[in-house]
Amino acid sequence: MAQITLSNLAHTYVPGGAHESDFALKTLNHVWEEGGAYALLGPSGCGKTTLLNIISGLIMPSHGRVLFDGVDVTALPAEKRDIAQVFQFPVVYDTMTVRENLAFPLKNRGLAMPDIQARVALIAEMIGLESVLDQRARGLTADAKQKISLARGMVRESVNAILFDEPLTVIDPQLKWELRTQLKSLHREFGHTMIYVTHDQVEALTFADTVVMMHEGRVLQMGTPESLFETPAHTFVGHFIGSPGMNFFDAQIEGCDAMIYGQRIPLGRRYKSLSGRTQVGIRPEYIQFTKEGGLPAVIKHIEDVGRRRIVHAEVAESLVKVSVPDGYSFDTTMDRIRFNPDKINIFVDGWRTEGEAL
Amino acid sequence: MSLELQDVSQVVDGLLQIAPTDLVLEKGTMNVLLGPTSSGKTSLMRLMAGLDKPSTGRIFSSGVDVTHQRVQQRNVAMVYQEFINYPGMTVYDNIASPLRLQGQTKVDVDRQVRATAEMLKLTPVLQRRPLDLSGGQQQRCALARALVKGAELVLLDEPLANLDYKLREELRAEIPRIFEQAGSIFVYATTEPEEALLLGGNTATLWEGQVTQFGSTLSVYRQPETLTTARVFSDPPMNSIVVTKTADTLSLNDGAVLRVRNQWAVLSDGTYTLGFRAHHLKILSPETVEQASQAFQLRCTVVAIEVTGSETFLHLRYGELIWVAITPGLQKMAVGDAVDVWLDVAQLFLFDGVGCLVADGAGVI
Repeated sequence: MAQITLSNLAHTYVPGGAHESDFALKTLNHVWEEGGAYALLGPSGCGKTTLLNIISGLIMPSHGRVLFDGVDVTALPAEKRDIAQVFQFPVVYDTMTVRENLAFPLKNRGLAMPDIQARVALIAEMIGLESVLDQRARGLTADAKQKISLARGMVRESVNAILFDEPLTVIDPQLKWELRTQLKSLHREFGHTMIYVTHDQVEALTFADTVVMMHEGRVLQMGTPESLFETPAHTFVGHFIGSPGMNFFDAQIEGCDAMIYGQRIPLGRRYKSLSGRTQVGIRPEYIQFTKEGGLPAVIKHIEDVGRRRIVHAEVAESLVKVSVPDGYSFDTTMDRIRFNPDKINIFVDGWRTEGEAL
Repeated sequence: MSLELQDVSQVVDGLLQIAPTDLVLEKGTMNVLLGPTSSGKTSLMRLMAGLDKPSTGRIFSSGVDVTHQRVQQRNVAMVYQEFINYPGMTVYDNIASPLRLQGQTKVDVDRQVRATAEMLKLTPVLQRRPLDLSGGQQQRCALARALVKGAELVLLDEPLANLDYKLREELRAEIPRIFEQAGSIFVYATTEPEEALLLGGNTATLWEGQVTQFGSTLSVYRQPETLTTARVFSDPPMNSIVVTKTADTLSLNDGAVLRVRNQWAVLSDGTYTLGFRAHHLKILSPETVEQASQAFQLRCTVVAIEVTGSETFLHLRYGELIWVAITPGLQKMAVGDAVDVWLDVAQLFLFDGVGCLVADGAGVI
């Protein structure tokens, strides 16, 4: 297991590219702790796979260095970096049994047979493969094959890191719950440094201790799932995290109030005079319907998604989404919406700004 | 226009792919086929389209037997998981191509292409080629091609599966509105219960080649007739435990005893399965003690904690069973902690020995 340092790291696929737009990955400096569970989260084309491939050694970065425990590995090819990888589609040897598939990476490294057997048995038990250990991989379902891929990624004890590239994309929703829990217990048990790439916010937030939110080649925020939800560093993070994402309103900020469509909205913090485009961000979970105060809202339609309802409402020219629990009873006299002041975030030109406590 | 399947089944190489199925789909409706991978969604769609012939049964389109009509003779459009467009043509020509094949005039083609492009937010990219577009735009183009045809039956096989989470969210919200305007019969296959709920309309749940239930999406979700349907239409899967009913008590095999609802007391004594959804498994707290006093209370052990920001997913062990509880906000707990949970009796399902629903929160069925 290793601490991973990214030092002035950047990458362009354009030979000699110097313009900012040439860079698939813009300059970043990070230290990822040994034994941490990290998720790289972002839409297609955000640079997350480029970053993963640089860490694994599949891509040599055009700028900067990668260090494992302080040792420069930038020029080291993938096979010499001592890392394990799990991909989106299962990579298994069809003609081998499940046991042989799991043992393969260990045999390759010349481990003693009893050690191999013990390790394979332990991993198979943790990931729920014991009952099929002596079956050939060929006849198994896609789900079972992806379990083999995951197990093979986890089987080696001494790796610098385990990298996962969208490993649950092809898995049925119900099984995802099981596999996520198993990944978490394996992480707790063995303490590997894990890096997990995904576009799926639920997978990222539930897997990782630290989520690295990327957009257009840039890391917008690195933090706990809670911090990305409660205090997104950028409007894009607010939009991307949460389902539905954060609501935004253009507003004038005056001390501890925001003016939205001529209405005064109290804020939980005090702000100095701000210049640039100022916006109020509020999550659908932190809006209530009310009779007085707040902003007048007209309900357009209501989506029933089982455990909650998403109310789509109009506030002047803006559309706003409000989340209410299953079984919530609507009162037509509550035709205004109120924001929980402590849950309001203020953004200037897209970036979150911190206010002072009242 | 309606599509009717009468006793349709399919056997391939001696294996039953689709069990005998009866379904009636009406014009202007959205019909979701919900089930895990390999449950028969694609097979059933291929039978509906006429791409495959059923082994038994007949298919009627507006009362006319079309069982032996090939797909080319039927008025059907399909959209797949992969984004299928003509790469050499512009978006405009891609959308126009089915209309030109129908021999429509230039003016008619233009009017329909522009209207469909507008509906699918493709107007700004009409002159670009599909491969220069984002995945979301490519799939919008494929959807536009399917819609513009004016087909009576539009089949969508996991059309959003290859898109990013956020793009999926955006298109999913638009799809019901777009379809409302089109007036065809829509059939939409998905593995995701949440997607079925967002699409609304009707849902057929599938399990191992069998349609286990068909009805309005919310009614199937709220009142699953079998444990199988409940499991297919629950994400996370529905929690369950086997109980023994004697008179007015339910006993668990660890000796815990729960009083049953008055309405349930009439059920015959025996073994049942109690089912409950993840968001109905609640954590006992000072605020809920009073509510919970009338409820089933159990003590579990935390095996995993997942935080999404707005919610905490607790994976709990009860005896040999693992349950998932979805709780609002951030729960400060650690793996290994004991936690007291409660179940509102009004939110429980009771299934008999063969997995049929016999009672729910409202009473005996």
